[in-house]
Order: sequence, then structure tokens, then C-alpha cells
Amino acid sequence: MLALALFSAGALLAACGTASEDSGGGGGAPTENGFSPPDLPALEKLGEPEGELSVLAWPGYAEDGSTDPEIDWVTPFEKETGCKVSVKTFGTSDESVTLMKTGDYDVVSASGDASLRLIAAGDVEPVNTDLVPNYADIFEFLKDKPWNSVSGVEYGTPHGWGANVLAYRTDQVKPAPTSWSTVFDPNSPQKGKLTAYDSPIYIADAALYLMKHQPDLGIKNPYALDDKQFTAAVDLLKQQKPMVSEYWSDYLKESQALKNGDVLAGTAWQVTVNLTKGEGSPVDSVLPSEGATGWSDTWMVSAKSQHKTCAYKWMNHIVSPETNAQVAEYFGESPANEKACALTTDKTHCDLYHAGDADYASKIWYWTTPIAQCLDGRKDVKCKDYGEWTQAWTEIKG
Amino acid sequence: MTALRGASAFLHRTPRLRLGVLLSAPLLWLGLAYLGALAALFLTAFWHTDPFTGKVITDWSLDNFETLVTDSVYRTITVRTVAIAAGVTVVDALIAFPMAFYMAKIASPRARRILVIAVLTPLWASYLVKAYSWRTMLSGNGVLHWLLDPIGLDTPGYGLPATVITLSYLWLPYMILPIYAGLERLPDSLVDASGDLGARPGRTFRSVVLPLTFPAIVAGSIFTFSLSLGDYITVKIVGGTSQMLGNVVYDNIGAANNLPFAATVATVPVVIMLLYLAAVRRTGALENI
Repeated sequence: MLALALFSAGALLAACGTASEDSGGGGGAPTENGFSPPDLPALEKLGEPEGELSVLAWPGYAEDGSTDPEIDWVTPFEKETGCKVSVKTFGTSDESVTLMKTGDYDVVSASGDASLRLIAAGDVEPVNTDLVPNYADIFEFLKDKPWNSVSGVEYGTPHGWGANVLAYRTDQVKPAPTSWSTVFDPNSPQKGKLTAYDSPIYIADAALYLMKHQPDLGIKNPYALDDKQFTAAVDLLKQQKPMVSEYWSDYLKESQALKNGDVLAGTAWQVTVNLTKGEGSPVDSVLPSEGATGWSDTWMVSAKSQHKTCAYKWMNHIVSPETNAQVAEYFGESPANEKACALTTDKTHCDLYHAGDADYASKIWYWTTPIAQCLDGRKDVKCKDYGEWTQAWTEIKG
Repeated sequence: MTALRGASAFLHRTPRLRLGVLLSAPLLWLGLAYLGALAALFLTAFWHTDPFTGKVITDWSLDNFETLVTDSVYRTITVRTVAIAAGVTVVDALIAFPMAFYMAKIASPRARRILVIAVLTPLWASYLVKAYSWRTMLSGNGVLHWLLDPIGLDTPGYGLPATVITLSYLWLPYMILPIYAGLERLPDSLVDASGDLGARPGRTFRSVVLPLTFPAIVAGSIFTFSLSLGDYITVKIVGGTSQMLGNVVYDNIGAANNLPFAATVATVPVVIMLLYLAAVRRTGALENI
């Protein structure tokens, strides 16, 4: 209760400070080519490591040996830099945004649906990429993208990217699925034993499906939905709900459900599939014919960080060829560092995940924050913003 | 030293001040940390957030309450939550009464002590461990399926029944203990007298035992009802796709980062509990807690 009181007081203070510039609802909403982020300076030069670093990461991104003693790239970093690392993981992008607002974390692995919100709110600051030597080896097509930079100013270092795949039980789902209709078709043979991602951003998966199956709706970008398109996507998800056994945001809960056979198919991360497979369950994944939503993640530095030298050292460490290769292989995604491809245990890893394939990467619909101004360039209609996506998600779950 | 002694003598002469100083710490705690937080919560409920950056904007409006009342989904969730809480309370009362009766009236003093400890033991285990155990047991190939399959039944799977079962298990001790205490206070002579006057056991139960222990049952129900009303973890673990009021609050803090609306939703269980407490005050149950 005390924490709540302090938190409320903090929110009150924060609110008072910004009320004048943000009054009128959509104050921070983007203008023509985005929005104007708060003017924050990037770090000029590195100092002495501060001895501490608090990392906010997707599960599987900052492994310190606690999940699997063999999987550990945090301890070598601690030994090398003297920065003692504490790791906190999160299950959805929204969680990462909320946690970053506390100012308790120094670096965050932000997906595209979090990064711009963090930049706009002034929670993260520009990154001086000259201080990250390994930045030079990062694939060019990942640099200076709308989700990691604003008007040419870099806000982080690219980490890696991948697609949300369709996971399924190989012993129960036959023939192997090739389409998302396994989870959306009302006559799906797996109905009642499906799973779906518990976040408003999952509406984009339904929109992507409709993009291919109901072309007359005219969806061009699953994150830019006008009233009619949005209603269609929400209706599809409402129709899907009775077929869903449970929604997941904790990847371990999904893994357990797949293992026990309570869930036979559904959207998943490759790391979940690898983990479940590793425990001996007959589980596999496929990238369905409709394409998929996905992520392209960026390591960002908190504007309130007191450990910036350690933060920069961490960014350099995590995209170093050796570490980037380990993370990419463990999580099941494409590394950002070109040189990582030579260092993976499975030499075909980069081919498998199309690491250097800019063309393939462009076909994945990366998580992006939906805003009122349509992201697909339409000017004549208003699109649904993330607030409305969130409200709709509550309604879908009922 | 003399100053300290002087202060002590002064306090000794002014008992009212002494009382005030003694009570100030707990009163401060109650007033600031507890009621203050509730007040802050209620104030926040009237604000809203910037949809893009998620910052709280301190404009006063009733929009949040309007959404809460007009959007049918929140009514559905409120009704579902109250139904779950009521279901858990009924299930717990039905299980707890015979157990408490056996403990208070039939068991030997030695067995009584062992039983009280046995009832309390589950409280030593972590909430999450117990909820996840139920998740495993309720699974499609879990122990419930294995037990019920031979008699033609099956596990309810994840959903509302699973939520009610798990919550009933979690809060059962909070129902048993007040009823046990209530039954212990019931003099055996009254039960004997009822029998001597020719009442059958059923009649004795209805006319003597139940009316005298009813306040204790209601006291237990305050625990089971309020604990269920605010729960959001069990339903996440065994509830399948369903959600309760607590989940809406949680999602608005965690996912939507809409603190004001979360505060608005959080006022609903507070109001329900106030109504409930006002209703049970008449039964005298509050003296039984």
C-alpha cells in the first residue's frame, strides 16, 4: 500500500510536470513524419564502468546461467567489465514500456511497438554509436530504421529480428499446418486446443490473416487499420476466442501447455519451440504462407541511467559476434551482427533464419505501435490508435 | 538525562498527550499509507493518459466512469467476478462447516490440536506453488483426468470451474477457522437440551446450531469473498481465456499503462466490499473476526 501511495504521488508529480505541453489528449502524437522527441543529449565519451547494470530484457536475451547453466553470456561480461548485472525479463512490449518508466533500468531490449513510445516519452536517450565498436559490423539494412532512430538520430543498437511462428504438436496436428487458418478457421480441427498471444498487438495477426483471406477489406499494413478493417479483425478474434484454450504472455506457461497437450497449436516464439522440443515433446514450428508478424529489437539506454558506461559496454557486448551468435541461436532469431553468422554452432543458422536477407526481412510485419495517423500513408481516414487496440483486446477476452 | 526525565514526567502528568504520542505511529500508518493510498487511487480515477506516450494527464473528467458503466464488457466482467467470489464462498462454507463441526464438537482435544495445525499447514506453502499444482492436476492428462476417467467423468479443464475450485482450495482455511471458533463458543448443553426436548439432529442443526454460528459463517465469508474478489493470478493460471476485475486492473497497469482507468476499475471491488460489509454488519459477524 505504501508503494502504491508513493507511486501515485510520483505519477501526480510527473503528470503536473507535463500537463501544460500535453493537454488535449493526443499531445505526444506524431506529426507529419513522426513526432518531435524530447531533446536529450547522447553520451560524449565513456568513463570508468560504474560496477552495476540493470538490464530489462525479453526472456532469453540476457541469460546468466539461471535457466540453463550452459547458457550464459552475462557472467563473461561481468568478468570483463566489472559491471554486476541484474536481469529482469518481461512478457509483452507494454510491460517493458511500463517498467522503463520507473527509471530503475539502465538498458532495455525494445521491440518496434515499444521503442517509439519510449523515445517519445523521453524515457530513452540517443545513442552515440561511435562508442559501440561492434556497431560497424551490424547489417546495414537494420540501421537507421523508423523503429530505432528518429530523423537520422540513432536511439539504440539493433539486436536481431525474427518472426512469430506457428507452433504445433507434430503427433496431433496432421498434416503439418501451412497456414494461420489452423488458429483462425472456425472449423479448425484443433479448436478448443489453440493458444494465442495475450497482448493487444495480437490484433495485427488477425489483420495479417484478413489481408490475405479477405482482400476486399483493403488492408495494406496490419498496424494501420481503419474503422471497418479494425472491426473485421476484432470480430475474427472474438470468433476465435471459444476455440482458444488459453492466452499466453509467459512463454514458459505456453511451453508447459504444449508439452501437456492442453494446447496443440498457436502462435509462439522460436525459443518456446526450441525449449519444448529440448524437453522431448513432439513440437515443431512453421512460418505460415500468409507471412507473419515479428520483431526487430533494439538495445536502448535509459535517460535516467546512472550506469551509462556499463550500459554502452553491455550494448557492445551483446552485439559482439560471439555473444550475438549465442543469443540468436538460443532465442531462435536472426543475429544483427554480420560476423555472428560464422560463429554459430549450427553453421546453417543464418541461412535458416535468412539473416542477411533484406528482402525476406522486409516481408515480416514488425511490431509497431498503431497510431491515429495511418502508418500505410492513407490521409483520408483515421486509424485506430493503440489505446483503442487495448480497449478492444479487453472486449475480445470478454 | 534530566531532559529525558523531564519529558517522561511531563508525559506522565498528561495522559491524553501520552496516548496521542503512543498512537501516532499506527495512526500515521493507517491514515497516510492506507487511507491516503485509497484517496490517491480515487483521485487518479478521474484523470486520463496520453494514448501514445502513456503519460498521465491531470484533467478532471468522468470519462473513465462513463466507459466503465456504458461498456457492456465491464458489466460482464463485474458480474462474473462477483459470481466467482460467491461460488467460492458457498463451496468453502459447505466444506468448512462439517470439518469445523468435527473439530470443535467430536474430535478429542489431542486430535483437535492436530487438526487445527493440519488446516493451517497449506498456508505455509506459496500461493503460486498451490495454483500451479492445480494447473498440473487439472490438465487434460493430469491426475483429475486419471481419477475421474474410470467413472465416466473428466477434468473440467481450464476455465471458470477450475478457477472456483482452485480459489476454494486456497481460501478454505480462512473459512474453517472462524466457524471452528464460533462452534467452540456454542455450549454443548444447548445441543443436548434441544435433543432432550425431542428435536431430531436436523431440527437441532436448523434451530440451534445454525442460527448461533451464522455470524461466524458470515465472518468467514468476508475473507473468502473479498480475497476472491481481488484475485487475478489464479484465473491467469487455471482460468483459460476468462478474466476477472483484477485482470482488467492488471492489464491497464501492465499492458495499457492506463493508470487512471485501472484506478477506476479498482474502485468497483471497493464499492462491492463496502456494500457487503454494510449488509453483514447487521448479522453481528464483524464481532466474530
